[in-house]
Amino acid sequence: MPTDLMLGPASEPSVFAASGVASSAWLLLALPAFGALVLFIGGRRTDGWGHLLGCATIVAAFVWGLVEFFHSTSLPAGQRVQNLHLFSWIPVNALQVDFGLRLDPLSLTFVLLITGVGGLIHIYSIGYMSHDRDRRRFFAYLNLFVASMLLLVLGNGFVTLYLGWEGVGLASYLLIGWYSDRPSAATAAKKAFLMNRVGDVGLALAIFILFAKLHTTQYTEVFARAHTLSPGTLTAIALLLLLGACGKSGQFPLQSWLPDAMEGPTPVSALIHAATMVTAGVYLVARSNPIYDLTSSGRLLVVIIGAITLLLGAIVGCAYDDIKKVLAYSTVSQIGYMMLAVGLGPFGYALAIVHLLSHGFFKAGLFLGAGSVMHAMDDETDMRRFGGLFKRMPITAVTFGFGYLAIIGFPFLSGFYSKDPIIEAAFQQGGWRGWVFGLAAAIAAGLTAFYMTRLVIMTFFGPARWQELKNTDGNDYHPHEAPATMTIPMIILAIGSVGIGAYLTIGNRLANWLTPSLGALQKADNGPLPSIVVTIGTLVLAAIGVLVAILVVGRRAVPVTRPEPVAWPVRAARADLYGNALNETLVARPGQWLTGALVFSDRMGVDGMVNGIAALFGGSSGRLRRLQTGFVRSYALSMLGGSILLIAALLLVRFSG
Amino acid sequence: MTPTYYLLLSALLFAIGAVGVLVRRNAIVVFMCIELMLNSVNLTLVTFARVNGSLSGQVMAFFVMVVAAAEVVVGLAIIMSIFRTRRSASIDDTNLLKY
Amino acid sequence: MFTHAGLLLAAAPHPAGYVSPGETIAFWVLGPLALAGALGMLFSRNAVHSALWLVLTMLSLGMLYMAQQAPFLGFVQIIVYTGAIMMLFLFVLMMVGRDASDSVVEVLRGQRLWAGILGVGLAGLIVGIVARGLTAVTAVGLDGPNSANGGNVSQIGRSLFTDFLFPFELTSALLITAAVGAMVLAYTGRSAKGGKKTQRELVVARFRGEHARPSPLPGPGVFATGNSVATPALLPDGSIAPESLSEIIEATPVTEYGPDLAEVSDTGERVGARALTEGSHTESSYEESEEVRS
Repeated sequence: MPTDLMLGPASEPSVFAASGVASSAWLLLALPAFGALVLFIGGRRTDGWGHLLGCATIVAAFVWGLVEFFHSTSLPAGQRVQNLHLFSWIPVNALQVDFGLRLDPLSLTFVLLITGVGGLIHIYSIGYMSHDRDRRRFFAYLNLFVASMLLLVLGNGFVTLYLGWEGVGLASYLLIGWYSDRPSAATAAKKAFLMNRVGDVGLALAIFILFAKLHTTQYTEVFARAHTLSPGTLTAIALLLLLGACGKSGQFPLQSWLPDAMEGPTPVSALIHAATMVTAGVYLVARSNPIYDLTSSGRLLVVIIGAITLLLGAIVGCAYDDIKKVLAYSTVSQIGYMMLAVGLGPFGYALAIVHLLSHGFFKAGLFLGAGSVMHAMDDETDMRRFGGLFKRMPITAVTFGFGYLAIIGFPFLSGFYSKDPIIEAAFQQGGWRGWVFGLAAAIAAGLTAFYMTRLVIMTFFGPARWQELKNTDGNDYHPHEAPATMTIPMIILAIGSVGIGAYLTIGNRLANWLTPSLGALQKADNGPLPSIVVTIGTLVLAAIGVLVAILVVGRRAVPVTRPEPVAWPVRAARADLYGNALNETLVARPGQWLTGALVFSDRMGVDGMVNGIAALFGGSSGRLRRLQTGFVRSYALSMLGGSILLIAALLLVRFSG
Repeated sequence: MTPTYYLLLSALLFAIGAVGVLVRRNAIVVFMCIELMLNSVNLTLVTFARVNGSLSGQVMAFFVMVVAAAEVVVGLAIIMSIFRTRRSASIDDTNLLKY
Repeated sequence: MFTHAGLLLAAAPHPAGYVSPGETIAFWVLGPLALAGALGMLFSRNAVHSALWLVLTMLSLGMLYMAQQAPFLGFVQIIVYTGAIMMLFLFVLMMVGRDASDSVVEVLRGQRLWAGILGVGLAGLIVGIVARGLTAVTAVGLDGPNSANGGNVSQIGRSLFTDFLFPFELTSALLITAAVGAMVLAYTGRSAKGGKKTQRELVVARFRGEHARPSPLPGPGVFATGNSVATPALLPDGSIAPESLSEIIEATPVTEYGPDLAEVSDTGERVGARALTEGSHTESSYEESEEVRS
């Protein structure tokens, strides 16, 4: 079987010191960080122009990223992995952590995605957040996020990665809880932060093990010496890294924070919780490919997690009526595809990155479209109250439509080029694995087609149900097309959704470009089905999904309130397939019991002892206090008694000898 | 008859003075008891001066008298001012400083 | 004079340890007296009696000093201690503590019992020490120092101004401090709380209404013939001024002032302004005054 192929010691390509343009790569980090700093320190004084500064720094970073990219492409393929040492960060005896950047095809790809999509979403946010009093602070948070994300992908060691990792976690927390006057937003932010902590513990432990075994945390040295580790250690590291990736990327079993994170403003959902941050887990596994190459059991678990998550996300996505939650579960599902792909090892790393990029475009476009709809519908998210919006907002509908076609894998759009190879590669694993993972991925593709079609029909087609309804303030809805700052990014992203897949995959363009970072993309042709059958089969499944959706949703009237009661599969899906209940039962309850027991033992044991001693002294002093009667004669009496005792003692000593 | 008898007399006077301090409640009488104790000490000083054949004891007794005079002056002034504010010369009435 | 007293009580050169029979007799007379004085002070409930008992003890002790070849101290004891300090005590007693004779009831539980036990214990201890430590003492005696260089007084003086000069100077500082301290403690100026107001301040306060009335209370018998305290003052309409009535003395009944009342209220025989000079003009003068009034 191909997964059991013994992969030799990781062939870490030679790493060169950055020179020329590459030595100024720190500007990529410094620009957004500078923007965030100015906006944070400047406070209200920057209200007038803060959003412009935020956009300018990101666009400048994008331009600089392009410069770096073209500089890198001008180099021969063997010299594209460059290390830029900036300063010695934590020099503590054995622990020597350098702060530096690793410029290689993988990180540069991410830089372009982050700054490109980030820049578009920044521009979109100018329009979307124009009514918010604290727009300047919003841009400060966004800039902080972009700076942290760039540090995450550019860092040249696991500790710098961890710093960026926590930075994006912080920015995510702040932005999910943006509408802090809503209890649900505050709770969602807290939930995201806490569940990310669970993953972060895994990542931190993995770093600790690496340091304990290899005495370094820099990529170059870790990857060069990874093959010296024992298989058990390697598997442990792989699993702990996977735990971190699950936390950040919303993978099973830590997926439930991601849909709740939709409480944040829509640009945040588009940028952080669809295009960039949640793919950090995929980046982590891809970046650690020399470690995963050495442990087939670790990779198998990644594939299993990915398969479970992509099915789970697709099933739950069918049941929700909230437009952003459907997209959120769609994100969960699509990242599941990427995890599945990276789990395939050399057969899938590059495929995962391709899907990541195209997903970054079309999902960001879908979220921006959803944001545009919400903007037009007074922040309404319930799709049952939409309908017939196509005529009112054609640009949004058309751009959304391209994103929709891309995600369901319509031939020759991005999704077709990025998702289909993953399904193929899953089948090509051969044996039971090929069947299980391949079928899971293909079925999920059909489900994706169903729920996305349902979404589009309920939102843009059919009768305009909102005409009979009032918004939360009791007024009529007045849907209208969004301003240019919002539509232009959507148009650009729609173009990306259409073309990026073909551009990246035809001739294996991206895979070849990524070879210095991820190794060459391998193809295993021992699948149970020929690849053309897989492609056609997937398309048929997707077509069935679309057809079912048209029959179920398009041909029947959509009730404005969601129907109850429903059959058990829908009930389960509406309850997130009991993901929250699982967390609650397996983790939260035992934790509460343990805490209760500890509190009890602390109160009765430790506090009881301390308080008991204190009470003993307090009580005895309270009684001794009574001796202070205030009567001078009593005191004189005790003085005389004491003197007599003293004299008697002296006498005894003097005359006893 | 030796000078020892003087010392015994002095001891008795001292003890009586001490008991007086403990049982009397009029501040001025307490003061007088203290004077009695000082006087008994003076008696021992004089006696020891004689036993040792040195006048130092007598000089010391002289100092004791001076100090006693100073103490009486200040003490009686204190009693006066307490009496002015509390209308009482009983030391049992000045018992505010307590638990 | 001191030397004479010394000679009188402790006779001239004798071998060391010698105690004259006169001194023995003096001790056995004066010692019990001193003890009796001390016990009397302890047991008399009246503070003045206590002071007088203490005077007895101090006088006895002064005599004993003289018997012990300390004539200077003996006289100082009698003159300064008994004469000055004890009189100061009596002065203060008369001012503050005279009526505060101790009550029989002891408020502190067990105080007397324990005081007695401890007193006896203390006496026993000291007596024990003296008895064990000083059984066979032979006194050197002060015949030498007392006879050389002008005797006891000048020897003490020499000692004070040579060996004990520094403590002596310290004593002077102590005395000055004590004097100043006593003045500070005993002084109550006008500004102090409870200080007396001047007459001017009182008048100002009265007219500001800080008192019930601006004028002094009416004295007795202003309109009356008598000037006894018991005589109430009469107001212009003939009624009695209530303020002039004493609280403790019963006023003379008004009926005894019939003529006076009649005069004031125009009901009796009227006496004109010139009554003493011209007997017949009483009526006319009254009518004049009536006319003037109308």
